[in-house]
Amino acid sequence: MSGTRHTISVLVNNQPGVLQRVAGLFSRRGFNIDSITVGTSEEKGLSRMVIVTTGDDHTVEQISKQLYKLIDVIKVVDLSDHPMVARELALIKVNADPSVRAEILGVVDTFRAAVVDISPNTMIVQVVGDSDKVDAMIELLKPYGIREISRTGVTAMMRGTNK
Amino acid sequence: MAVEGLATLSKEELRKKLLQPDEITGSEILLRSLLLEGVECVFGYPGGAVLYIYDAMYGNPDFNHLLTRHEQGAIHAADGYARSTGKVGVCIATSGPGATNLVTGIATAYMDSVPLVVITGNVATTAIGTDAFQEADITGITMPITKHSYLVRDVRDLARTIREAFYIASTGRKGPVLIDIPKDVSAAKTVFRYDEKIELRGYNPTVEPNKLQVNKLVQAMEKAERPVILAGGGVVHAGAHRELIELVEKTRIPVVTTLLGLGGFPSDHELWFGMPGMHGTYAANKALQNCDLLISIGARFDDRVTMRVDGFAPKATIAHIDVDPAEVGKVVKTSIPCVGDVKAVLTAINAKIGQTASKEKWIAWLKELQEKFPLRYKDSDEELKPQYVIEMIYETTKGEAIITTDVGQHQMWTAQYYKFKHPRSWITSGGLGTMGFGFPSAIGAQIGNPDRLVISINGDGGMQMCAQELAVCAINNIPVKIVVINNQVLGMVRQWQEIIYDNRYSHIDLSGSPDFVKLAEAYGIKGLRATNKEEARKVWQEALETPGPVLIDFVVSKEENVYPMVTQGNTIDDMLLGDD
Ligand SMILES: Cc1ncc(C[n+]2csc(CCOP(=O)(O)OP(=O)(O)O)c2C)c(N)n1
Repeated sequence: MSGTRHTISVLVNNQPGVLQRVAGLFSRRGFNIDSITVGTSEEKGLSRMVIVTTGDDHTVEQISKQLYKLIDVIKVVDLSDHPMVARELALIKVNADPSVRAEILGVVDTFRAAVVDISPNTMIVQVVGDSDKVDAMIELLKPYGIREISRTGVTAMMRGTNK
Repeated sequence: MAVEGLATLSKEELRKKLLQPDEITGSEILLRSLLLEGVECVFGYPGGAVLYIYDAMYGNPDFNHLLTRHEQGAIHAADGYARSTGKVGVCIATSGPGATNLVTGIATAYMDSVPLVVITGNVATTAIGTDAFQEADITGITMPITKHSYLVRDVRDLARTIREAFYIASTGRKGPVLIDIPKDVSAAKTVFRYDEKIELRGYNPTVEPNKLQVNKLVQAMEKAERPVILAGGGVVHAGAHRELIELVEKTRIPVVTTLLGLGGFPSDHELWFGMPGMHGTYAANKALQNCDLLISIGARFDDRVTMRVDGFAPKATIAHIDVDPAEVGKVVKTSIPCVGDVKAVLTAINAKIGQTASKEKWIAWLKELQEKFPLRYKDSDEELKPQYVIEMIYETTKGEAIITTDVGQHQMWTAQYYKFKHPRSWITSGGLGTMGFGFPSAIGAQIGNPDRLVISINGDGGMQMCAQELAVCAINNIPVKIVVINNQVLGMVRQWQEIIYDNRYSHIDLSGSPDFVKLAEAYGIKGLRATNKEEARKVWQEALETPGPVLIDFVVSKEENVYPMVTQGNTIDDMLLGDD
């Protein structure tokens, strides 16, 4: 789909099926989902989803309007319209013979990432940052041989005091 | 149900009795709640998962249930009831196959924004997810075709859920709401409480329009020299026909009505120019293509109206009044949005609008087109023409009947040749185009309007999709006049195959259909047949004079096509006008 990336924050009732309603809406209307994260919010009974999608203005407007039609959706904010903080966490299991460990640790250090597990010949690297940073970390670890990647998808929030 | 002998109670006494905080079962809660919501009749079909509910109905003198012969019949009947009365239609079915048999009806109601509360049983909460006998994830299956849905896991949530379901179904942009009730929940007991107040944080439909939006629209209306109103189903849903007439009298803006908008504006009004779109009138389509301001009122720019979108209304500024903000700008670029309840918006406009520009030249041009290119067909004395039958039905009922149709050519001819005077008198599946809808929806319409003449017009194809409901008409003496426009083919498909697929007629022959007169008689319903004009007049008169249900089989010519016709990929002013 053409258009720009949008990070949309959706406050929803924490009801069974709410994720299915939201995800179903995206697939039925032909909107794409680059990533989706869900977790509890500051208010009991409500969850916050952060959806990264790509689309032109018309599409993003439709996404927001269609989301609002879901009874369990309480608030929709296109964070991309505002200064925001967007973060993603990735776990990367990389081949790490003793001979290359030091080198990998160097890369990890410069990214302010962390090593969260070590086995005789692998390491799990945990990196937190915006998606570009995670992408870059992965690129740098590729030469050592990546065995597994698990990314959380982006969660995000508006900067400052405005809610 | 715990309360007995209610039929003798006054409305208030009944209400009081129903509201007693007794400890009752989920099934009794359901019935009491439905009665408190003012439900007059529930259309349904029993089965294992709803046995407690049906048991609660047993011997209850206040609760009206109509047993159909197929769940699809039940939901279309509830739909016809809702469309014709403006109230919420209610149907009930068992789990699994009962629930899945409702799917077509739910989608039909969803596409046309019809308020329904659909109740399904499910297997017990302890069995859900185990592929138990007759288990189906009906909330999952229907998620994209319901306005909202509930799976009630705790009997203490049931009364509130029902209250919410009615509220959601009948407000904002209306639509079907499904409540799935597991068997153990319908059996479990709790103290009944029916709270009037509803709090739904995520649901606040806009009713009153924004003043700035109204002002902008009023200004545009005052200035426009060639404006046209496209009135849709939203006018009917909002009960805004009077406000629309007032607006038109004040401004003299010409009106065209969509398929679902028919009756939302009186067809005998001098400023009505018909229905636009694929089978629209010449004048209506030309009006849209040449207007400088197009005011859509509760219409959603369906592709059967716009046809080729990038060539639609090329000279117009688009204004759109709709209760659903998501419809505004969805299909066409809209410069003047106005979100709110159609009735509230029109009231605000009527209060505000002043002198408008003269549009007599524009009106005169449209009238000229209307005269030069009226709806027409080649009548015949040898064979019966379907258009003739519809005209005859119109003339003999003077536009006062409630008409339901199925889907196909007969539907378009009825839309063209029956001139609707009143809202809620035209019941047809527009958005989904559901064959099988025409006849059962008439049963619901008749139940909701016992004093009106209800006529159901069907093709010989669609009639066979829900013909089993003849039993319901017979046994309950529901006096629907059932018309079959019998052309012995799947007419609308035949028409496309003739015009678009070079006469390659593939699987449209309905040979083997029953003798519809005998079919009616088999159910104990009077059956009549006509094969020419004279017979048609005679049997139709007889049908009208016969109390109770009658089926009339009008045997018409096979080859007739619906004109005008705009074929796919063309703009709406590019019309095929027919053979002569
Ligand atoms: C359930 C369903 N199946 C298929 C269709 C496709 N379809 C649209 S019109 C039509 C022909 C209808 O034939 P008939 O009922 O005889 O009516 P006619 O067009 O001849 O008036 C068909 C098959 C449909 N609309 N609905």
